[in-house]
Amino acid sequence: MISLEHVTKRYGDRMAVDDLSIEIDDGDVAVLIGPSGCGKTTTLRMINRLIEPTSGRILIDGTDAATLKPEELRQHIGYAIQSVGLFPHLTVAENIATVPKLLGWKTARIVSRCEELLALVGLDPAQYSRKYPRQLSGGEAQRVGVARALAADPPILLMDEPFGAVDPLNRDRLQGEFLRIQRDLKKTVVFVTHDVDEAIRLADKIALMRDGHLEQYDSPEQLLDHPETKFVHDFVGADAALKRLGRVRVDSVMRTGQATVRADQPDAIEAACASESRFVYLVDADGVLVGWIDSRVLDRGTPAAEAATRVDWRQAAVRPDGSLKEALARMLALGYRSLPVVAAGGRLLGHVTLSDVEKTMEGGDAHLADHTDNEAGSIGGGGE
Amino acid sequence: MEAAATLAHARRRMIATTGIVLAVVIFFAIVANQALVASMLIAVFGTARDPVFPTPLLDLTPQHIAIVIVSSALTIAVGLPLGIWVTRESGRDFRDVVSAGVDFGQVFPPIAVLAVMFSAWGLGPAPAILALFLYGLFPVVSGTVAGLEAVPPEVIDAARGMGMGNWRILFVVELPLAMGVMLAGIRTSVIVNVGTATVAAATGAGGLGLPIFTGISTENIGYVVEGAVTVSVLALLFDGAIAVLAMWLAPESSLD
Repeated sequence: MISLEHVTKRYGDRMAVDDLSIEIDDGDVAVLIGPSGCGKTTTLRMINRLIEPTSGRILIDGTDAATLKPEELRQHIGYAIQSVGLFPHLTVAENIATVPKLLGWKTARIVSRCEELLALVGLDPAQYSRKYPRQLSGGEAQRVGVARALAADPPILLMDEPFGAVDPLNRDRLQGEFLRIQRDLKKTVVFVTHDVDEAIRLADKIALMRDGHLEQYDSPEQLLDHPETKFVHDFVGADAALKRLGRVRVDSVMRTGQATVRADQPDAIEAACASESRFVYLVDADGVLVGWIDSRVLDRGTPAAEAATRVDWRQAAVRPDGSLKEALARMLALGYRSLPVVAAGGRLLGHVTLSDVEKTMEGGDAHLADHTDNEAGSIGGGGE
Repeated sequence: MEAAATLAHARRRMIATTGIVLAVVIFFAIVANQALVASMLIAVFGTARDPVFPTPLLDLTPQHIAIVIVSSALTIAVGLPLGIWVTRESGRDFRDVVSAGVDFGQVFPPIAVLAVMFSAWGLGPAPAILALFLYGLFPVVSGTVAGLEAVPPEVIDAARGMGMGNWRILFVVELPLAMGVMLAGIRTSVIVNVGTATVAAATGAGGLGLPIFTGISTENIGYVVEGAVTVSVLALLFDGAIAVLAMWLAPESSLD
């Protein structure tokens, strides 16, 4: 647990951080957010003593950080920054090995740890370990930066806008991977960002700061639903309901049990369309989504094979670990009232409907309900 | 792909190293052959006056090289730490003073330093070595400072944030990254030194300045050419040698 007790940092007359007290529980992601100059980065850098507080205490698992040797303290706290700061003259593997080397690990252990970490952040060790930073794309460099921060398996991770310098598409993927990794590793993470959507997506707790002091420290849900000050309300924006969708995973409202048939069996298609479901999903021999059929079209006498809407699952489907905000955006873009949900590789898992998204947005407990699909005709499938 | 780049770099480095070693061997083969040097000078200037300097090049060249190496070694030994110091926390306040000082060292004519020190130390190589040391300090210090200041601050921040100490950051991160620019400064300093070291002859320290000074005072152009051409070729050899050294020392990643 990290406790900041009345921490203050003063530069001359300016209060960079003013009497800040927060507690960060083990395994939580605490996001520090606020406008530029609000003191969020200063706060982060005081935790590993890159900046010394003017007054107040920072306790890490009950030990006052000021009593530890700064180098030793930092070797046990992972550190990842926006500009990555990879050493340009060292290979990817050598970069990741930095802290393990400082800690005096044996070479064999360092090598296997590097491979493990590269795999964890989604980079092929054989391909990447001997590359130099200049040979990496922005997203790859960020991944290596995160791998380097995790190298010695520190219980605490400090991240200063680690995804700030990459394009929106890559940032979205990196955030998704961060959540996946964090679910397994359960690090105590202090994360600085100025992006509200990023904060809401990643945080267990958000500390919203302004001019060096804390405006509110709460869960994203509380912050969105019960802003304590006008500043908090204005900062999270008018679209709080929409933002809340960013925190709900697709699989939490996904319906299963949809009518599904093999696309290469025409008889089965006819039979399935005779069932009471309006939409029938078509899959190939491996269960990969290839399209769907609207049975109402069939009623007008069109042969089943022609009535099928063929789709590419990469475009027309969402992933179970995606957010409902993403699913809603895709529904609006494609003009569908429901979307199929597929696993990696395109295997059909279920589907998610617009009405369920709406229920979640209204703050109902729709996503907690049982979604095994048995209501005939209620699942708007495709259609423009 | 990066393996191929490494291989190409290693090959270029081997070729360059072989080239410079060959060039040095050829240079000394010519310098050692007094008869060959004489026949070349006679071919150009005729025999109306003897164009060949009585002291053989094989004696003058090593004297010259010794003066260059001693003064350059001194320059580097003082310039590098000085440049490093003024980029550290403890020396940052002295940065401007030091750079003004080494600046002055370069604009102050070495021949004047020689004149002043001659009256104190008399004949011998010492006044020349001091003059050359002061003269060569500027490129070494400014190259070191420029190289260290060009290291991206976020790289140093990352190093510190991961728990590296100041010394480790200097040796593992900063110096390797600054090496290219630092070597460029050293290279400039040494090359200028090779030419300027001809002034050593003025205090009786010998070297390749001797035929030049004698040639000027006796109006024998043959002497001047013999000394000047040898000094020029020697400067090119030093330049090549340091360039090759840089290929071995500078980090591979700074190459394209």
